Amino acid sequence: MEFKEKLLASHLAFEGGIDLSDPVHQTRLESLKTFEQKGFPSRKDEAWKYTSLNAMIRNDFALFPETETTIEIKKVKKYFLYEIDTYKVVFIDGAYSPFLSDTTHDGLDVCLMSAALSKAKYRKFIDSYFNKIANIKDSLTALNTSYTKEGAYIYVPKSVVAEKPIELIHFSTGRDKPLWLQPRNLIVVDKNAQVQILERHQSLKPHEVVTNSVTEIFTHQDAFLDYYKIQNDFSTASLIDNTYISQQKNSNVSMHTFSLGGKLTRNNLNFYLKGNNANATLKGVTILDKKQHVDHYTLVDHIKPNCESHQDYKGVFSEGAVGVFNGKIHVDKIAQKTNAFQQNNNVLLDDKATVNTKPQLEIFADDVKCSHGCTVGQLDEEALFYLQSRGIPKKEAKALMTYAFANNVLESVELPVLKKRINILIAKKLGVNLGFEL
Amino acid sequence: MLTIENLHAQIEEKKILNGVDLDVKAGEVHAIMGPNGSGKSTLSAVIAGHQSYEVTEGAMILEGENLSELDAEERAHKGIFLSFQYPVEIPGVSVTNFIKTAINANRKAKGHEDMPANVMLKKIREKSNLLEIDSRFLSRSLNEGFSGGEKKRNEIFQMAMLEPKLSILDETDSGLDIDALKIVANGVNKLRSKDNAIVVITHYQRLLEYIVPDFVHVLFDGKIVKSGTKKLAIELEEKGYDWIKEMA
Repeated sequence: MEFKEKLLASHLAFEGGIDLSDPVHQTRLESLKTFEQKGFPSRKDEAWKYTSLNAMIRNDFALFPETETTIEIKKVKKYFLYEIDTYKVVFIDGAYSPFLSDTTHDGLDVCLMSAALSKAKYRKFIDSYFNKIANIKDSLTALNTSYTKEGAYIYVPKSVVAEKPIELIHFSTGRDKPLWLQPRNLIVVDKNAQVQILERHQSLKPHEVVTNSVTEIFTHQDAFLDYYKIQNDFSTASLIDNTYISQQKNSNVSMHTFSLGGKLTRNNLNFYLKGNNANATLKGVTILDKKQHVDHYTLVDHIKPNCESHQDYKGVFSEGAVGVFNGKIHVDKIAQKTNAFQQNNNVLLDDKATVNTKPQLEIFADDVKCSHGCTVGQLDEEALFYLQSRGIPKKEAKALMTYAFANNVLESVELPVLKKRINILIAKKLGVNLGFEL
Repeated sequence: MLTIENLHAQIEEKKILNGVDLDVKAGEVHAIMGPNGSGKSTLSAVIAGHQSYEVTEGAMILEGENLSELDAEERAHKGIFLSFQYPVEIPGVSVTNFIKTAINANRKAKGHEDMPANVMLKKIREKSNLLEIDSRFLSRSLNEGFSGGEKKRNEIFQMAMLEPKLSILDETDSGLDIDALKIVANGVNKLRSKDNAIVVITHYQRLLEYIVPDFVHVLFDGKIVKSGTKKLAIELEEKGYDWIKEMA
């Protein structure tokens, strides 16, 4: 049986494990129909021209793994920002792990989608927000929606500044394999509220796993959200990340995506600037080798006037790695005084790596500032000579240059402990000990 | 210390050095002068091991060892230092971290442990004082947004830290005002010793008023066509390079 058929046929079994009277079940059924009609995207779809899921979906994935919700802390400690105090919502093979988590209802809600779906007091929220910004026509999003059961639910009330960052971590153990996971997250940052969130999908050993994740984010007037996606998984793990962000007036959202490892990673990152003066920042550092594949597919939709968006993605590729960047900026007819910038720079460290980069600007207003630029090149030989002439071996020189290349993306990381971690990850990724902590 | 014999070098089939001979002994300062396009910067790049240049004939011997087969970093480990005319910007890597990396890379190549942090710090303080560099400067990203003077001072600071046997200063005076020139030259003079040697490459005599050479050579069309004492530099300043061209 093809995997698509299995997904359709297994939905009855899925329904056996949920409350069919919860507020989203009709939406699940409608979404399943959408997925049935559309199926998995293929390279014939313009949006999937450079990324094929064909090989992936030939696997027979387990949809309902046996779950175990405790892991020894020492085995997973390194995946947390253990140096500082954080809220944590942790899942193991798709199931909530109370043992590893640190949730709260004190001042803000950091809890579970399953709780939000089952308790009457959240009904209003679910009705207002669930599946309201996600693209319901997108087949993979619809597939996720049809299997909505678990994930993180975060609500930061009006004028609340979250005291600690929130970590969303999805572990997969490799006990059942291959494994198909579909977490569903909902995040609402109310007026004038502020929060920092980290998201990570991590396998605990090399095993075949695909995560088709959907995250809906709503930031209200004057809200501030600082979000980090850390993608540094084994090269057996794939991630299709569908993130949808709705921004109201004067809200400020910054999204950093660090793609440092994984078999196939597709980041569908969608910003909808729905209020005046909203500010969106999308930054990414991608460093890949050995046939890893990352596809950044961004959309920034300027719907209202006076909004600003900045995109800055840096990529470093070697040894058969493939990078794709497709950045779409849409400026509505009424969205005058829009400032929209996009930059994608790539370095190929050898002749076996590939980059496809494509800016896509659709501008319907006449008084806007929009710019885009993309480059694909090699490390500067003169600069390498400079470093070598100081006695720094070529490998370390290349690493330093690569670090320098990605640096302006790192500079805007607001959590010092995370910045340090990312620096160490990058140095490790480049295979060097630079002799100092970057 | 460094003996260059009949050195021929080319870049992409274009011949630039056509038989350079040079003998630099420990404790000496040599100046290499010459008109634009005579091959001055090529000579310094070739000695330092720039890969774009192909040595087609001749030899470069540093203390009995042929440099030709060594990579740029290996030549640095042997004690060659090149102060660049156009130092490269490295965003996100501070002057301090850069020099630490370079020093420890050199120590590693010689089989030594990393320099202890307190020793490193003391040395950085001492050498930065020599070039009148303040501590804020040391935490800035390497060469990023530096003025011409700051870049050259930083080059000589690196020279002071690395303590090379043979330093080549390529157009160190270009882009410097007189105050910066004095600071840089003063730094270089303090680094002179009977155990090291310096090759100053310059278009103008001005720098040589501050870094006084033992020997002056004129490079023209990829060859040293005339050698003399510091008087030759003054003669060149007065007469220009035309008479050299005619002579060649």
